[in-house]
Amino acid sequence: MAPRPYYSERGDHIDSKAPVTVSRYRGFTRINHWITAATLILLAISGLALFHPSLYFLTGLFGGGQITRWLHPIMGVVLFFSFLLMFVQLWRLNMPKPEDVTWTTRIGDVVKGNEDKLPELGKYNAGQKFVFWAMTGLILLLIVTGVMIWQQFFAHYVPVPLRRIAVLLHALAAVAILLVFILHVYAAVWTRGTLRAMTRGTVTGGWAWRHHRKWLREIASRDTKGPAE
Amino acid sequence: MKDTATGPTTAVSNPPVQPMKAYFDTSDIVRISATKDVPQPTRQLEKLAKLIDVSKCIGCKACQSACIEWNDTKPEIEENVGVYENPHDLTPNMFTLMRFSEWENPETDDLEWLIRKDGCMHCEDPGCLKACPAPGAIVQYSNGIVDFIHDNCIGCGYCVTGCPFNIPRISQVDHKSYKCTLCSDRVAVGQGPACAKACPTQAIVFGTKEDMKAHAETRIEDLKSRGYDNAGLYDPAGVGGTHVMYVLHHADKPGIYNNLPENPRISPLVEGWKGVTKTAGLAVVGLAALGATLHGLFSRGNRPDEHDDDAAETLVVERRDPENGGHV
Ligand code: HEM
Ligand code: SF4
Ligand code: SF4
Ligand code: SF4
Repeated sequence: MAPRPYYSERGDHIDSKAPVTVSRYRGFTRINHWITAATLILLAISGLALFHPSLYFLTGLFGGGQITRWLHPIMGVVLFFSFLLMFVQLWRLNMPKPEDVTWTTRIGDVVKGNEDKLPELGKYNAGQKFVFWAMTGLILLLIVTGVMIWQQFFAHYVPVPLRRIAVLLHALAAVAILLVFILHVYAAVWTRGTLRAMTRGTVTGGWAWRHHRKWLREIASRDTKGPAE
Repeated sequence: MKDTATGPTTAVSNPPVQPMKAYFDTSDIVRISATKDVPQPTRQLEKLAKLIDVSKCIGCKACQSACIEWNDTKPEIEENVGVYENPHDLTPNMFTLMRFSEWENPETDDLEWLIRKDGCMHCEDPGCLKACPAPGAIVQYSNGIVDFIHDNCIGCGYCVTGCPFNIPRISQVDHKSYKCTLCSDRVAVGQGPACAKACPTQAIVFGTKEDMKAHAETRIEDLKSRGYDNAGLYDPAGVGGTHVMYVLHHADKPGIYNNLPENPRISPLVEGWKGVTKTAGLAVVGLAALGATLHGLFSRGNRPDEHDDDAAETLVVERRDPENGGHV
């Protein structure tokens, strides 16, 4: 078996040559991503309904307060496991690399879109890595504190003083994950041509060259040196 | 025409034989859970209180039986594990519980059997109501009664988190929260609470808060004359006072009565959670969402140009490095 690629996943490959498109996520990863996204959004809506009285009307979307209360933690468990699957697939290329430091110190050029002043990057930039690790930490915190305040099944195991800490942390973590989520969606939209990576599974060659050059180079070299198709 | 009942000033009177109209109703509500700016009632009802004189209680549990009877609850039959508490804890079907503790008085070397009737204290500043996320699930009347409106309850258990006395219990059957109502349905028609009515020693008495405080004074004086120098009234200021009060023979040590809190107050964690976390959190998330949407709509975004496309083609199709022209 060929050695593990450094900047890409084994399955990433040149999808077509005229025009050049590169396969970034296979179907399974994409479906999993959208399950995670959908549960996160539903969790945010159902959680916010209980978070502030001015948003309590959102319980109507789920069929009332009782159902919202019941459904929220169940969706939380779904989110946890679907994210866990993503984590297993993505963690390796989200480990920090030296070029992330340079990229982060030149965040001004990132925002201005001066890509030529930035280091060449692998599959993820430091911003994407931040989103990945922030989501990981916050989802862990949310599942732990969420289970602790889960009245229906776990109330008997958690003393009240601990519950107070858990519910406060849960609310704070929810605010934090919503901010990360907004950043994630914004960045995916602002960096035009990114969304298709999670819809169609491929990106254009130009996109890959501009934003993730080392990733593209590695895939391209594999495409020529690899066994004949 | 039915006559309107008058507010009860005692629990010992017998009920009138003719039907009575309630003397207070929803127009007397002063606080509603998850509701801001509750329109304040035009009148202020006389504040009520139940006074429990621990020194007079004989632990007969007539109050528990009366409570079950009046509220038509059906506590489960449990197993005897060799203690007097029965059931073992407050439950959604047991709104009040006699808690027994054996305390060795270090000064007299006497063993004292302390029996405290546990249940909702009807706090003037109720933590349950503050914590509750469901509009209208918990209300407070101007006479001091804190009542749970089960139709609006969603069973989240936040009231348990908010209560400094660990009182509310959530039913695993209908997923709604239950606790002592101070017999609001009896009080409304001029009757004292069932537990007070049933108490054979009048350790539980009921009336206006002023009357109950005055009565407590006479009891405390009596206890002091019998050598209980620290006898006193438990009406904790940290929750704004309560509408269920205790006369304690050792008021300096509430903790010996099965962990009655010394200085109960709504936990700062709960205050912070329901206060700044909510307002600041909502503002931050709202602003971030709005800013991201507006900026996303109006900014050009970062899109690859022809050079990028050409470079990719050079790299992938011609297999030359677009930067130095060499072979890949
Ligand atoms: C990961 C697993 C999760 C579990 C097990 C969980 C569980 C819970 C539970 C038990 C509650 C109390 C209300 C109820 O019983 O329904 C709650 C409240 C809440 N949850 Fe979650 N949750 C999870 C994830 C999330 C996520 C991802 C978000 C945000 C996007 C979130 C936001 C909230 C909010 C805002 C509240 C209301 C807190 C408050 O009232 O201050 N939760 N959660
Ligand atoms: S004792 Fe607990 S349940 Fe009763 S009013 Fe006070 S906070 Fe609410
Ligand atoms: S369980 Fe019911 S009463 Fe208690 S906080 Fe939740 S909605 Fe309010
Ligand atoms: S006041 Fe009524 S509900 Fe409360 S403990 Fe006494 S009998 Fe039970």
